[in-house]
Formats: sequence, C-alpha cells, structure tokens
Amino acid sequence: MKQIGTEQEKPIIRARGLSKVYREGATDLRALSDVDLKIHAGQLTLLMGPSGSGKTTLLSILGCILRSSAGTLELLGEEVTALAEAELPRVRRETIGFVFQGFNLFPTLTAAENVALAMDVRGIRGQKARSRAEECLIQVGLKDRMRAYPADLSGGQKQRVAIARALAGNPPIVLADEPTAALDSTSGRAVIELLQSLAHRHNRAVVMVTHDPRVLSYGDRILHLEDGRLIREERPGGALGGSEVFGTLQGDEIASAGIAMHL
Amino acid sequence: MALLARRNLFHDRIRFAVTLTGIVFALVLIIIQFGLFLGFTSTTSNNIDHSNADLWVVFHGVGYFDTSRAFSERKFYEVLATPGVLQAEKYIQGFTNWKRPDGRVENVQIIGFRPGSGLGEPWNLLEGQLADAKREDAVIVDDLYKEKLGVTKIGDRVEIANRRARVAGFTHGIRSFTTSPFIYTTFKNSLNYTNPTAKEGDLSYILVKAAPGVPAEELRRRLRNHVSDVDVYTTGEFSRKTRFYWMFTTGAGLAVLTAALMGLVVGVAVVAQTIYAATMDHIREYGTLKAMGATNAYLYRVLIEQAIWSAVLGYGLATIVAHFIVQGSEKGGAVILMPPAMQIGMLFLAIFMCVAAALVSINKVTRIDPAMVFRG
Repeated sequence: MKQIGTEQEKPIIRARGLSKVYREGATDLRALSDVDLKIHAGQLTLLMGPSGSGKTTLLSILGCILRSSAGTLELLGEEVTALAEAELPRVRRETIGFVFQGFNLFPTLTAAENVALAMDVRGIRGQKARSRAEECLIQVGLKDRMRAYPADLSGGQKQRVAIARALAGNPPIVLADEPTAALDSTSGRAVIELLQSLAHRHNRAVVMVTHDPRVLSYGDRILHLEDGRLIREERPGGALGGSEVFGTLQGDEIASAGIAMHL
Repeated sequence: MALLARRNLFHDRIRFAVTLTGIVFALVLIIIQFGLFLGFTSTTSNNIDHSNADLWVVFHGVGYFDTSRAFSERKFYEVLATPGVLQAEKYIQGFTNWKRPDGRVENVQIIGFRPGSGLGEPWNLLEGQLADAKREDAVIVDDLYKEKLGVTKIGDRVEIANRRARVAGFTHGIRSFTTSPFIYTTFKNSLNYTNPTAKEGDLSYILVKAAPGVPAEELRRRLRNHVSDVDVYTTGEFSRKTRFYWMFTTGAGLAVLTAALMGLVVGVAVVAQTIYAATMDHIREYGTLKAMGATNAYLYRVLIEQAIWSAVLGYGLATIVAHFIVQGSEKGGAVILMPPAMQIGMLFLAIFMCVAAALVSINKVTRIDPAMVFRG
C-alpha cells in the first residue's frame, strides 16, 4: 500500500492534553483524559477500545461537534478550541467530512440529492452541485444508483453514498464512526477500502472509530483508548492482507472495490 | 435546502393532509368571522354610504343612524338658506310594525326620502321604478326579506302601522343590521307610518349636497354657524360613527373579531403541532445537517420554507372553500364580505400564522446537539 503522507509533514490534526468531563448531577464523569495526538494527511487512523473508552467522544471533539473541557486542538494549523461556538460550523464545512455508523442519509432525497445537499450547505447549488454529486457517486461506484432513494439501497450502498457525501466538499479530514459495523463482510470490505483509498490515494487524514476486527489490517495506525486515555499505538504496516480477513470479493463487490482503488 | 424542505413536507402525505386541514379550517374560520365583521360593519352604515350626500344634518346629540330624533321643518329651510348649499333633502328613519298578508307582524325600519332627488334613495333596484314610489302608499322593500315580510311580488298589499301599503318595487342586497328590514317610501308616507301624530314636516335628517367648489368642511362650518341645535357630519364621518357604535359600543363587532382571533389561535396551534411533530420526526436529519456544518440560519430557512409552503397551499384551499361560503351568504340576511384587500391580507396572515407556528420547531432545532449523530 502506498502511503503518501509522512510524519515529517505538519500534522493536519494536532491535539494536546484533550480532556472531556461530563457533569451528571454532583458527579463529574471523565470521558477523556489528557489525550495528545498528531494525525497526518495520507493516514488511515483507527480508534479502538471497549465501550465507554472515549472513542466517540474523541471523534466528536476532533469533528468540532463537541467542545473539550481542557486542552487544545488544531486542525490545519488553526486552533479550533479557541474559536467561538458560531465559528465551528464553518470549520466543519471547510475541513471535515463525516461518515456515520447509521448512514444518516435523508430518506426523502435520492442518492444524488443527498450528496448535493452537502454542497448546498456550503452554498453551492444548481448544476454545479449536481455535477459534483454525480462525480462523487461515480467515484464510490454508484453511477447506476444516483436516482435511487436510500430505502432502495443496500447497507453497503448507503454507506458509499454517505462517503460520497463526506467527499463532496473535498475536505482534508474524514471522520468515520464505525462505518462497517452495520455491514456484511463484502460491503464492509468495499467501505474500508474506499476509506483507505481516500487516505492513501487522495492524501486525506481519515480517522475511523471501530470495533470491527476485520478492518485492523487496513489501518496505518491503531490508537487504543481505555477509560478515556490513549494507552497504546500500533502500526500494523499491512501485516494482514484485507482479503485474508474479509474473504474474497465477488461480482459487484469486485467492481466497487475496484472503483474505490481508482478514486 | 428548498428541495429538502419540500420533500420533508410532502413526503408524509397523511401528515401533510392533516396540516393542510388545520390551516384551511383556521383560515376559513378567520375569513368567515372577519368577513362577517366587514359585512356587519358595511350593513350598519349602508344607507349613509349610498346617500350621495356630502353632509348629514342631525339633531344635536344624535350619534348614529338608527337613533334619530325628529326636528322641525324650519331647520330644513335654514339649511337651504345657507350659502354653499346646492341641494338639501328631508329624510326620515323610524321603526314601526308591518302586518303581513297572513296577519303576522314584523318590525320594520321606515326610510322616508324624496324620489327623484338623487339623495337618500334606495339603490340596486331589481324590480319596479323609483318613480313608482311616489304613488300613495307605495313602498320599496328588499328581495332578501320577501319571506320575512310575507310578500312575493309588486302589487302585494300589507299594513304598516295600521295603514295600507303596497309593494311598488324590490331592491337587492340592502340588509339591515337591526334585523328590521328597511322599507323605502316617500317622505310624506313615512311620516304617516312612523309617527302619524307628528306635525307635518318633522324630520330625522337633512341630507345636503354642497355647491360646486365648496368643500364639505367649509360648508359644515357655515351650517354650524347658521343652524342652531344641530350637529353636522360629513357622510364619511357619520358612517364611521354609526359603524363604531354598532361594532364596538354594542359588542357585536368584538364578538366576531374575538371569534376571528380564536380562529387564528387554533390555526397557530394546529400548524405548530404538526410542524413540530414533523420536525421531531426528522430531528436526526437536522442533527446531521448541523454536523455537516449547516448553520442555524440554514435550518431556520428549511423550516420557514416548509411553513410558507403550508401557508400558501392552505390559503389556496381556504380561499376556494371561503368563496363558496361567501357566495352562499349573499342569499342570507348576514353577508360575508371578502374584498380583494382582505384576500391579500389573508395570504400574509396565513404566512404569518405558519411561520409563527414554525418558531416552536425552530427553537427545538436551535438546541439540537450535533453529537446526537454519533449515538446509535
């Protein structure tokens, strides 16, 4: 696997001492403790850990959806922890694409319209938005499903639409929350290969929360969290081939995986 | 954004039908009540508004049309002698009873005027001629009250205040707010019908036409100086005083306006509930939009656009329904008016109502925590 990003470059995400404390009545619940992190372009970083270890909290803070209680976070050199709440939507629009476990597609819109909506949020409408949506859907191998509604798509196809939507604004960072959890092994493989391709071929920083052992071999780095602390980092370095875990792709899955590789 | 607003609104057709029903119901209620208010208001002063007079001279202290006090004919000549008066006509209004051919008695309101004078005459004559009213005992009634008065055609004979009367013509659409139908007859006949013992010449009002080039205000000033113990009003002023009396002093207008307000409140509540329920159904989508970087303003626009769509479609249906109701009211004693200005106003009211209703949802959307998108 080709890795474009190098750790000699300036990190796209840099966190120092990130902590998050939730107050429940008189009790303080520490969800994240003193996390230091550097994530570079061209890397697929996996966040792993047991339930309640702080993975989603960390992802939410990295996505500027949740504010940390302490510490600083820089995205592309901009210290977002210092920004006012009203500034954060801009940062999310310009910097981050999200992929959710439950897809979070809009059921009343077609696949193309779902992707175009991400452009609409950025103030880009009409033909330009439609063209970009089609382009992104072709990239994820859904050329023939552009007019389909989410209800008519399989789980894997829905997740690919969600990835296309995340890509629409061409963000340097893609954050994915257990994107393969709801998918069968074939769809899961297509999705993880897409995400890997986004990192390696398109030099994006992809951070993915996962419980799914099948995806471990795809990560460039695996960060293990426990009780809100970053306890260990692994670098699989392709020790396990993807197909060894997911099995051999067949038919359409080969096609979509192939398309993903040509992003 | 526009697409999402429309799709989310129209996607659940049953819910949208309920929303539209609520809006239509509320708007029709408002249109009817407000239309009744306009109809009543117009009815209270219709004789003044159609009098073609510039000024009304009334006994001092008389505040509205239906409560006139008689004053002597001498005042009439004093008015005539005032410089700037082109024409003055004696005019009488008074209540009396009408005995139908079948013996039943109804209250009526007699209007005495001089046929051919051009002032204070009935309008919208459907059958007969104004000149026919000059004949002894001839009266003109409105066709809306044929059944109430027990008459069907010209020539029907009745008794008014125990004196003979004969129908000489029918008008159309001259309603009476007091529920006593107007009976138009000559000034001389009207005296017999309203107050047979009165001295000849006693009158309720003097209708005045100003000479060309004399402003009504100037003539009013002169009349006040020349004629004692009278009040002089411009036609518009006397009309407004009469309308105000019936609509607000008696509480009749407040009752219909309150009902219209209730319609508005019901409408806002129904629309707010349905838009809120629809918003809650899509709350995760709004959370996703926020996570994608949509500002609150973007989300407001989605909700407001849905509200405007609901308002415009609801208004269109309500106008069609109201049109039939208004048409039906033209045959009854209480007319519902829906002038173009009111129709335009109703569109804006519908939009206001729906946008106000959407504010409840906007408040909810503003408070969405975008982190909800990560919760399974």
